[in-house]
Amino acid sequence: MNTAAPVDKLETGIPGFDFIAEGGLPEGRTCLVAGTSGSAKTVFAVQFLAEGIERFETPGVFVTFEETPDDIRRNMIGFGWDIPAWEAEGLWRFVDVSPTLTDDPTVVGDYDLDALISRVTHAIKDIGATRVSLDSIGAICGQFEDSAIVRRELFRVAAALRQANSTAVITAERSDEYGSIARYGIEEFVADNVVVLRNALEETRRRRTMEILKFRGATHSKGEFPFSVLPDQGIVAIPLSAMELQQTSSIERSTSGNEMLDEMTGGGFYNDSIILVSGATGTGKTLLTSEFLAGATEEDGGRALLFAFEEGYSQFMRNAAGWGIDLQRLEDEGRLKVVCKYPEVAGLEDHLIRMKGVIKEFKPTRVAVDSLSALERVSSMKGFREFVVSLTSNIKDDGIMGLFTATTPTLVGGTSATEAHISTITDAIILLRYAELHGEMLRGITVLKMRGSNHDKRIRRFTVNDQGLHIGKPFDQLAGVLSGNIHILGPGLQGGSTNQHHSEENAESDALSPGTLSQSTGRDGR
Amino acid sequence: MKRYQLRLFVAGRSARSERAIANLRRICQEDLGGDCDLSIIDVLEHPQEAENEKILATPTLIKSGPLPIRRFIGDLSVRERVLAGLEQQT
Repeated sequence: MNTAAPVDKLETGIPGFDFIAEGGLPEGRTCLVAGTSGSAKTVFAVQFLAEGIERFETPGVFVTFEETPDDIRRNMIGFGWDIPAWEAEGLWRFVDVSPTLTDDPTVVGDYDLDALISRVTHAIKDIGATRVSLDSIGAICGQFEDSAIVRRELFRVAAALRQANSTAVITAERSDEYGSIARYGIEEFVADNVVVLRNALEETRRRRTMEILKFRGATHSKGEFPFSVLPDQGIVAIPLSAMELQQTSSIERSTSGNEMLDEMTGGGFYNDSIILVSGATGTGKTLLTSEFLAGATEEDGGRALLFAFEEGYSQFMRNAAGWGIDLQRLEDEGRLKVVCKYPEVAGLEDHLIRMKGVIKEFKPTRVAVDSLSALERVSSMKGFREFVVSLTSNIKDDGIMGLFTATTPTLVGGTSATEAHISTITDAIILLRYAELHGEMLRGITVLKMRGSNHDKRIRRFTVNDQGLHIGKPFDQLAGVLSGNIHILGPGLQGGSTNQHHSEENAESDALSPGTLSQSTGRDGR
Repeated sequence: MKRYQLRLFVAGRSARSERAIANLRRICQEDLGGDCDLSIIDVLEHPQEAENEKILATPTLIKSGPLPIRRFIGDLSVRERVLAGLEQQT
């Protein structure tokens, strides 16, 4: 049917979905939601009605072809959806088409599904429903042998729904994740709008995604978007690419929590910037994190939130106290929250949604994650990148300062996979490195990148004691600090030790490109 | 003497409905010796009845007595199958 007017969208209320759907489901139309078994189709169908009731007080009719109403009532209570209560209030109505044990009808001639249509339209009229879910249509195809009749009849069901002005979700079973849209091949004729839910195995981990295949006459975001099914919430979709576009930038700065580092960064971190701290184990990442959190005291209303994935709460607080950082006081004042979780307890999407929840609730001005690399262990590469993008954009949107740590796999030099994945997303990168000199392990710190600001480009030594992290002099006359393999620059290269400034610049440029230095010396030797 | 308890669910007065009703009347008189309590229910007028009996397709015939309960879907034009089903005792 052609209509000149653009298709209006109905906000479903399913978190994240409306964003992907650019407003919601096409209003007054039928949308096919297809997925393999276990892809959360029924949850979607129930949630479509539940959100309508909870958010907009619009009644809904649920037509169940597979599970009995009792099963659905029981199974959905875990998501916080009290269907019996809604039924009592006239906000929810079941149309029960689930197969019964005694029911094995003999087909004796021509038939149609007028009884079903009549029941559904009756229920819609009776409670004034604007939302209808049919779950799942595959069951009816199995029940009747003649697929031509079923196809014809489903088409009439969809037409009747349209006539009743209801927005409908019809679920259908798929046999594989990337095959034909639905089993029996007949459901595709029914709906102008198709959403696919996937529960694919990716590098030994299950990853749920949703994709809008088509909305006839309406726009939507393309591609697969991760989602999670959470207790008390149901489906929560994570609209990534849509969020990636937004980049606000604050010109206000706050302290990094370390005076010397503030100097190196040209006056502290920007208030909505994302900082990556990279270093091998024991270089001082957690220390820098602790100082960062303590930095929240110095501004008015500063609130700090830490997601710790490597250490327990007491260990973290004890270490901070050992460095002379009084996080306990901050916590007592209610301005610090430490959330410790093992990365393995949940999938990355679940972690993400929980973290977002805590951020929303606690309203911090700065957030630290120690370490991102720990989370990388529990995810595929793609999933990890999506996680970081989503988390950072969420933090940025709220104007929160974020500090993430990444652990390099080797003790000296090296970069972590984490860095490779997220360095473009970050506004500032700080490297902490071990370097060996004269049989001694030194530690160096440098600000590798600081978006929108001038910064100290030198590599400086630092030490750690019970007063925290102390940044000292640059590694003058040395090269190769970042790679961990230090060369002492000869007097010839140095160009006169009296010109201090000049030598620093030399050391800097050489240090950042140790490869060129060793190449040139190699040529000299030939 | 057991009487047949038969309920036929149809949707409106369509050709298919009329055919089903005519077929059922004929079976009743000619094959069951008129020994039937017959009721015809229009699901368009009585959707709640359809709901109670979980009727999906129309026409649907339900034999509720004598036991066992049997269901038939279609316009009852396949007479032998209807009879076989109605007279089945177990």
